[in-house]
Amino acid sequence: MAAEVLTLGKALNAGLRRSLERDAKVVIMGEDVGKLGGVFRITDGLQKDFGEDRVIDTPLAESGIIGTAIGLALRGYRPVCEIQFDGFVYPAYDQIVSQVAKMHYRSRGMVRLPIVIRIPFGGGIGAVEHHSESPEAYFAHTPGLKVVTCSNPSDGYTMIQQAIASDDPIVFLEPKRRYWEKGEVDTEAEAYPLHAARVARPGTDATVVAYGPMVRTALDAATAAAEDGRQLEVIDLRSLSPLDLGPVYESVRRTGRCVVVHEAPSNVGLGAEVAARVTEECFYSLESPVLRVTGFDTPYPAARVEEEYLPDLDRVLDAVDRTYGW
Amino acid sequence: MEREDALVQLLTPDGERIDRAVGPDGVEYSVELTDEEYRGLYRDLVTVRRLDAEATALQRQGELGIWASLLGQEAAQVGSGRALRPQDMVFPTYREHGVLYCRGIDPIMPLSLFRGVDQGAWDPNEFRFGMYTIVIGAQTLHATGYAMGIAKDGKVGGDDGEAVIAYFGDGATSQGDVNEAFIWSAVYTAPVVFFCQNNQYAISEPIERQTRVPLYRRAAGFGFPGVRVDGNDVLATYAVTRHALDHARGGQGPTLIEAYTYRMGAHTTSDDPSRYRPAAEAEAWRARDPIARLAAFLGKQRIADESFFADVDEQAKDQAVRLRERVLTMPDPAPESIFQNVYPHGSPLLDDERERFEAYRKSFEGSAH
Repeated sequence: MAAEVLTLGKALNAGLRRSLERDAKVVIMGEDVGKLGGVFRITDGLQKDFGEDRVIDTPLAESGIIGTAIGLALRGYRPVCEIQFDGFVYPAYDQIVSQVAKMHYRSRGMVRLPIVIRIPFGGGIGAVEHHSESPEAYFAHTPGLKVVTCSNPSDGYTMIQQAIASDDPIVFLEPKRRYWEKGEVDTEAEAYPLHAARVARPGTDATVVAYGPMVRTALDAATAAAEDGRQLEVIDLRSLSPLDLGPVYESVRRTGRCVVVHEAPSNVGLGAEVAARVTEECFYSLESPVLRVTGFDTPYPAARVEEEYLPDLDRVLDAVDRTYGW
Repeated sequence: MEREDALVQLLTPDGERIDRAVGPDGVEYSVELTDEEYRGLYRDLVTVRRLDAEATALQRQGELGIWASLLGQEAAQVGSGRALRPQDMVFPTYREHGVLYCRGIDPIMPLSLFRGVDQGAWDPNEFRFGMYTIVIGAQTLHATGYAMGIAKDGKVGGDDGEAVIAYFGDGATSQGDVNEAFIWSAVYTAPVVFFCQNNQYAISEPIERQTRVPLYRRAAGFGFPGVRVDGNDVLATYAVTRHALDHARGGQGPTLIEAYTYRMGAHTTSDDPSRYRPAAEAEAWRARDPIARLAAFLGKQRIADESFFADVDEQAKDQAVRLRERVLTMPDPAPESIFQNVYPHGSPLLDDERERFEAYRKSFEGSAH
C-alpha cells in the first residue's frame, strides 16, 4: 500500500510522470507545458526530467497541436496534448472531430491514433470569458472519440495513465476547480476500468448522476440530505463516451428517482442522453421523471455571477425534492 | 502581379531541353535521365491521364458518385511522385491519383472511395501514402507531425534518411492549418516538403482570391526556401522535388514548392468551369500540355518513335478497360460494416446498437421485403 494525500493537480502530474517513464513513445505537447509546467502546473517539472524532446513547448495554435499530434501518432508516438483552457479547444475542433475521430474508421482499422487531449474544463475559478466552458457534449457526440473525466485525485492519477495507454483517441477533461482539492491516492491499487461508472456514495432514496466537477457538489448535497434523513446514491459517470449506465439503471431500479447534474447548458447536453436512456431502461421503476440540474442555456457568464450559473447543492436538493412531488 | 516570376523550367512547351535552371532559392536545377527513364515518365503521364479519363467517364455514367480529375496536373504529380524514395511518406489531398499510381497502389483504390464502397482502403503504412484528405489543408499538419517524428527517430542527416511530402492546392494556402504547418515545420526543422499544386482555381475562386503575392514567396516569411516550378514540366518538377526531399532528409528542414499548373477540367464532376473561367484561358494552357511537350522532346531526341507512343497508348487503354470492368463488378460492403472500426477496442454502446440493427434486419428474413 503506497497511499499518499495529493491534490488532483499533483495526482495528474504523478500519473503523467509514470506514463512518461513507462513508455518512451509518450510525448507531452502544448502551450507552456515545458518550462512553466503548464498554466495550472499540471506538467510541472516534467520537461526538466524528460527533456524538450518528450515535453514539447509548441507554438500558439491549437489546430497545429492536434494536427501535428496526429502525424506523430502515425509515426508511432503517443502524444498527450494539453489544450490550455476549454474555450480554446475550438480552433482545434476540426482536427479533433474530422481527423482524430475518424482515421481509424476511414482506414478500416489500419491506422490507430492513441492521442490524449487534456482539457481543463468547467467554471468556478473566477476566470474571464473562454476560460470556464463545458464542451463535453460536442466531443461525446462524435463517434470515434472517447471522452472521460475525473472527479478526484485517485481517479486523476489512474485515469490519465489508462487514457495514455489506450489506443483510442481520448478527450480527457479535467475539472479545473477541483485541481487543488486533496484526496488519497494509492499508487499500487488495482486500476478501476477507465470506461466504467462508479458509485461514489451508496444510498436508497434517489439517484444523483454527476461527473467531473459536479461529483463533489452531488456528494455535498447527499451529506446535507442525509441530515434530513434522505439517503442519496451518487454515481460518478467518469466516462462520458461511452457512457456506462449499468450502475445507474441498477440504482434507479432501487430508488425510483433520478437527477442528473452537470455544469454544461441543458439543451442537448449529456443530461438529456442519460435521462432518455434511464427512461427507456427503467420506465416501470421510475416514480417520477428524470430531472436535470445544469448550467443555463447561456454563454458562460461573468465571474461575479458564476455562482448563480453553476449548479450548487441547493439546486440538487431542490430537484430531489421535486422528484417527490409526482 | 508577376505571375511568371522565377519559374524553374527544364523542358519548354515546344519540347526543348533546358540544361539547367536557377530557382529563386538560388539553387541550380538539372536532371540527367536515361532514355529508359524518360520513356518511363512518358508512360506514367499517359497512363495516369487515361485512368483519370476513365474515372471521369464512369462518373458520367453514374458509376462513381463524384470524381476529382487531375487532368492537366499529370506532370506535377508524376514528377514529384517519381522523385520520392520508398522510405518517404506522402500526405495527399483527394486529387493525387498520379502520385498514388507512382506509389504502386492499385488505381482502383481511389475509385472505390468515390464510388462509396469504402473511404480509401489502401494501407498507409505499407505504401507510405496517407489517406486522401478532403478537409482542405488538414493533412499538412499531419505531414509536419510525422516529419517531427522522423527527426525524433534520428532518421535525418544521411542518405538513408526519410522525408515527408504534403500535397495541397492553392486554395489550401488560405487555410490556417497550412500556415500552422509552415510555422511548426520551420520551428522544429521538420523534414517535410510542401508541394502546392497551384492549378489557378479553388473550385471557382481564382488565385487572386487566395493571395496577392506568388505563393512560393510565402515560404520566406516562415523562414524556409520557396521554389516556383513549371508544374507542366515533368523534368522540372522531378528535379525540384528531388532536391527538396534531399534537403529535408539531410536535416535542413522544409521547402515550399509551388508547382504552377492548370486544372484543365472541373474541380470535381459536380461543377461547371465554363461558369467561372474563360475558354481562351484553358486554350492557352492547352499549349503547355505536359504530355505533348514530353512527347515532342522524346521524338526530337529520337528517344521514342511512333511505335512506342502507339504501344503506350494501347497499354494505357487496356489498363483503363480492366479498371472499368473491376469497378462495375465491385461489391457493396456488407451493412454491418457500418459498425466496424469505429474504435480500436470497440464500445459497449456501439455493440448494443449493432445487435439491435442485426436483429432488426433478421426480422425481415423470409418476408417479401
